[in-house]
Amino acid sequence: MGGKKDIDDRFKKFGTVSFTGISKVNDFIGYLEQGKIMGTRCTDCGKVFFPPRAECFKCLPGTIEWFEVAGSGKLVSYSRLQFGPVGFENDLPYCIALLDYGDFKVFGRIADDLAEEKLSIGMAMKTRVNELPNGQLNYVFEPA
Amino acid sequence: MGKVAIIGVGQSAFVRSYPGSIRELAFEGFSAAMKDAGLAAADIGASVVCSAPEYDKQRSPAGVLAEYLGLNPQPTFYVESLCSSSSMGLRLAYSLVKSGLHDSVAVIGFQKMSEISSSESQERMGRGADIQWESPFGTMMPAYYAMYAQAHMAKYGTTPEDLAQIRVKAATYGQLNEKAVFRKPVTMESFTDPESRMAGPVASPLRVGDCCANADGSSCIVVASEEKARAVCKKPVWILGVGAASTSVNLAGRDLFTGLTVAQEASRQAYEMAGVGPKDIDVAEVHDCFTIAELMAYENLSFAEPGKGVELIREKQTYKEGRIPVNVDGGLLSKGHPIGATGGSQIRTIVLQLREEAGDIQVKGPEIGLVHNIGGVGLYGNVTILGR
Ligand SMILES: [Zn+2]
Repeated sequence: MGGKKDIDDRFKKFGTVSFTGISKVNDFIGYLEQGKIMGTRCTDCGKVFFPPRAECFKCLPGTIEWFEVAGSGKLVSYSRLQFGPVGFENDLPYCIALLDYGDFKVFGRIADDLAEEKLSIGMAMKTRVNELPNGQLNYVFEPA
Repeated sequence: MGKVAIIGVGQSAFVRSYPGSIRELAFEGFSAAMKDAGLAAADIGASVVCSAPEYDKQRSPAGVLAEYLGLNPQPTFYVESLCSSSSMGLRLAYSLVKSGLHDSVAVIGFQKMSEISSSESQERMGRGADIQWESPFGTMMPAYYAMYAQAHMAKYGTTPEDLAQIRVKAATYGQLNEKAVFRKPVTMESFTDPESRMAGPVASPLRVGDCCANADGSSCIVVASEEKARAVCKKPVWILGVGAASTSVNLAGRDLFTGLTVAQEASRQAYEMAGVGPKDIDVAEVHDCFTIAELMAYENLSFAEPGKGVELIREKQTYKEGRIPVNVDGGLLSKGHPIGATGGSQIRTIVLQLREEAGDIQVKGPEIGLVHNIGGVGLYGNVTILGR
C-alpha cells in the first residue's frame, strides 16, 4: 500500500474535516479520486472489512486485498442534524446514515438533494463518491 | 475473600459553569464522601481519578487532585472510558480491594466542561467516535443516539411522545434534586409549544427535550473491604455484581441498532455475579444521556422485552411508586452530564436509596439497586448491582 510522495498524507482529504493524515489504507483516498469506494478482504480467512483495514486481526496480519463496494445496501438508520461540530457549520443541515450490504456496512451521508421524507429504513440505496465544496472527498447514499 | 462495600458517597452540585478550578471542583465531591464515610484522607489506601481528558488543560490530573485532596503518598492513577469512567473506576476499586491490595480506595470522578464552548464540546464528544472513518462526516453524540431512536421507532412503533414522557418523568424528580442543573418542570405540552425550547429539533427524531445538558461536577465513592466497612460504617452497601463490556466503535461494525449490546452483556455478567435477576431490582439508575437511551436501557437490562420498554413509561412503572423506579433523582436529563462524574453520581443515588436516606425521592424499602452507565454511543457499558 505504497505512497506517492515522501510523506503520504492523502487521508487528510477524507470528509469535510479529516482527523487523520497518514494511514496504511491511504490508497482508499486514491480510489475515491477514481470514483471508487473500496473495502478490504483477507484472502487467508475470507473476512471482509469496511471500513477497510490494512491488517486482519484473525490472521495477524493476513493477506489483504481491495474490493469495490458495488451494488446496493439497505438503509439501517439515519438522522438529520440541525447542529454540527466545529468545522461542519457550512454543511448543515445534513443527514448521516448507515447502509447494510450484507457482508459489511457503510457509514456515510445521505445525498444532499434527497429529502428526509423520501427516506425509509430498509430501502435500497447505493453509495457514490462525492466531492465537497471545499475540495475534500467523501461518499453519499442515494436510492438504488 | 470477603465482600466489598461502599462506605461513603458524595457529589458536588452539577452546574453550568463551576466557579473554580478542577482541583477545587473535585474537592467538593471528595469532601462530601469523606464526611459521609467518617474518614480522613490518610485512611484511604489509593485513589482512582476518572474523567474524559479532552476537557482538561491539566495533563495527568490524578497527581494534582491527589495532592490537593491530601492523598499523598498513596498511589493514584487515572481511568477513562468516556461517560462511564467513574463506573469503570468503581470496577477497578472493587478489584483492588477484593484482591487485598488495598483496604480502601476513593473513586474520584470530575469534569469541568465549561472551559470550552458547547460546539467545541460536541466536536470533542464526536471524536469519541471513530475519528478516521466517521467523524469526517460530521458526527455528534445526539445524532448517533438519534439513529438508534429512528431504528427503534421503525421496528417497534415507538413515538416521539413516548420519548417525551421519559423527559417529563426526569423533570418530575429533577425539580426535587438540589444538585441538578435543570430543575424546571417539563410537561407534554412543552414538546408542542413553539415557545418552548424543548420542541426544537436537534438530530431527527431527537429534540432539545430529549437531550441532557453539559455540566460541571464531581463525585466520589469510597470503596472498602468487608473488614474495614464493618469497623467504620453503620450502613455499608455491598457491591454484589460488576459487569462491563465493549463493542465496535464504528457503527459499521455493529449489528444491533434498537439497543446497546454492551448493556446487554454487562447486565448479564452483573446479574450472574450477583445471583439476582431483573425482577429482583428495586431501584435503578440508568444512563439517560438521551431519552432513547433510557428506553433502550429498560430493554437491555431486561426490565422489559425488546420493544416493550415503552409500556413501562406509558404505564408509569418507572416512576417512584411503580414496579421498577428508574432515575428518581432526575437522571442525566435533569442533573446534567459532567462526563467523568456521572457514574459516581448514579452510584451515590443508589447507595442513598439502599440506606433509605434519599429524602423526597426515597423508594419504599429497596434491598437491591442497579446502576447502568454507558460510555460513548454504547461503546463501553458498565452495570453495577448493589445490595444492603
Ligand atoms: Zn484473515
